[in-house]
Amino acid sequence: MSALGKVTPGKVTPGKVTTVEAIVGSLESGMTLGIGGWGSRRKPMALVRAICASPLTDLTVVSYGGPDVGLLCAAGKVRRLVAPFVTLDSVPLEPHFRAARQTGAIELTEYDEGMFMFGLYAAAHRLPFLPTPAGLGSDVLKVNPDLRTVRSPYAGGEELIAVPALTMDVSLVHMNRADARGNGQYLGPDPYMDDLFAKAAPRTYLSCERLVDTADLLKEGPVQSLLISRAHVTGVVETPNGAHFTDCEPDHRRDEAFQKLYVKAAGDPEGWAAFRDRFLSGDEAAYQDAVRAWREESR
Amino acid sequence: MTEATETGTATRAEVCAAACADAFRGDGEIVAAAVAGLVPMLGSRLARMTFEPGLLTTDGGPSLTAEAVPLGAPADVVEGWLPFRDHLWLVLNGRRHVWMGASQMDRYGNANISCIGDWAKPKSQLLGVRGAPGNTRLNTTSYWIPKHSARVFTERVDFASGVGHDRGAFELRVVVTNLAVLDFATPDHRMRLRSVHPGVAVDDVVAATGFELEIPAEVPETRAPTAEELRIMREVLDPKGLREREVPA
Repeated sequence: MSALGKVTPGKVTPGKVTTVEAIVGSLESGMTLGIGGWGSRRKPMALVRAICASPLTDLTVVSYGGPDVGLLCAAGKVRRLVAPFVTLDSVPLEPHFRAARQTGAIELTEYDEGMFMFGLYAAAHRLPFLPTPAGLGSDVLKVNPDLRTVRSPYAGGEELIAVPALTMDVSLVHMNRADARGNGQYLGPDPYMDDLFAKAAPRTYLSCERLVDTADLLKEGPVQSLLISRAHVTGVVETPNGAHFTDCEPDHRRDEAFQKLYVKAAGDPEGWAAFRDRFLSGDEAAYQDAVRAWREESR
Repeated sequence: MTEATETGTATRAEVCAAACADAFRGDGEIVAAAVAGLVPMLGSRLARMTFEPGLLTTDGGPSLTAEAVPLGAPADVVEGWLPFRDHLWLVLNGRRHVWMGASQMDRYGNANISCIGDWAKPKSQLLGVRGAPGNTRLNTTSYWIPKHSARVFTERVDFASGVGHDRGAFELRVVVTNLAVLDFATPDHRMRLRSVHPGVAVDDVVAATGFELEIPAEVPETRAPTAEELRIMREVLDPKGLREREVPA
């Protein structure tokens, strides 16, 4: 792991393949962490689960939020969340995020979805800010008193919000395929903003459903599906079913039954303790085993 | 067949869907982003299959379909691709009419989907602002409220996620509820009762609204779907009747 991130100029960094434990072990409390995906879709859940089981704390999380945010809130890992929403899609409201907000356990930076995207674009392209009219007039400005507006220097001179770059220390994304060099490929219908997260962070860790030879990448998708370049990736890890229970088309769809179980368990402390003991008390392999056992049982 | 018998046979959900469809009249080749629910989604596809053939509609995901597809059906032939990032760029471009929901809405159309109570430590955390600020500032926006009540239509919203006409909304076209169609066609853009659905009295709407509505001297009845519209909804776009689940009886 120590070699990761120290790229020798002019050379391909060999063997970026690493482990979930090594990735999480390289993180530090207090970091700002970007998480790819969108709502309950293609979230790097294996990495998120491992963070929940780690001693890390005091994180700032930047995310189009889903159960990644929920699990991290439930584990007490979040100091501040930067997000336009947190949702499970087929279940509109995220129970752990709601509880964290309603008890005042986390701080929130709440942006419009488009503002958030512009913040990512700015960070990805090393711009201090990008201007947008999205957000003007709304209470987003009221609850983010640090936001500034700028005037167009051209004819019209309209006022725009200067969305600051959403800088982050590390980003985590989940792809359908990747190679050992760290090139990432998505095979589903939507790239979400994962390439922007990868470009925005000085270190990006990529989990994937399956590691393949570089020569095989284009066997499953067109060249346009190569979303993330190894130039932006520090480490890559194969985590089959690692986005579970979020959607990861075409490898697996959202596990709606399991998501319901998660929501129900989150409804009361005892239910959540039982869920945690059953599914979240071991490593990723133990999680996948527990999910398989649950699926057999509920047939 | 007379209009009267058609009125008698249409369900409330079908009246609502036709009202949603009507909101797209004159829109032409723009994206109908009907994210608020099944009834406006059905309405957008109904409009496309009847009087607004230029509309671009989705499969509920990132595919723009070559023809309007039934609710819940996958895209058959695809004519375009609109992942989330392109939706967000399209908000700025403007060729988009979006339908949203709201947990609270005031008389100028300020809408809250973020939280109930004090934002710093809310009594009830909801979704978060999502795309509401940008949508309302930059795109034609309509609202679908499946349960019209004084809890939704309030004097003040706890958080302005979507902006109203007093905060620079681009165009709030209509608010369709299970009881009525409302709009902002008043001199100072306050909410007005445009029509009540068949079987609903003006007083029912007033009682279920927590602020003073502009009530014209004559409030018409929301039009009934035509026989052809009913056929399309029942046999083509929503044979499973998903629309009925969204509107309380």
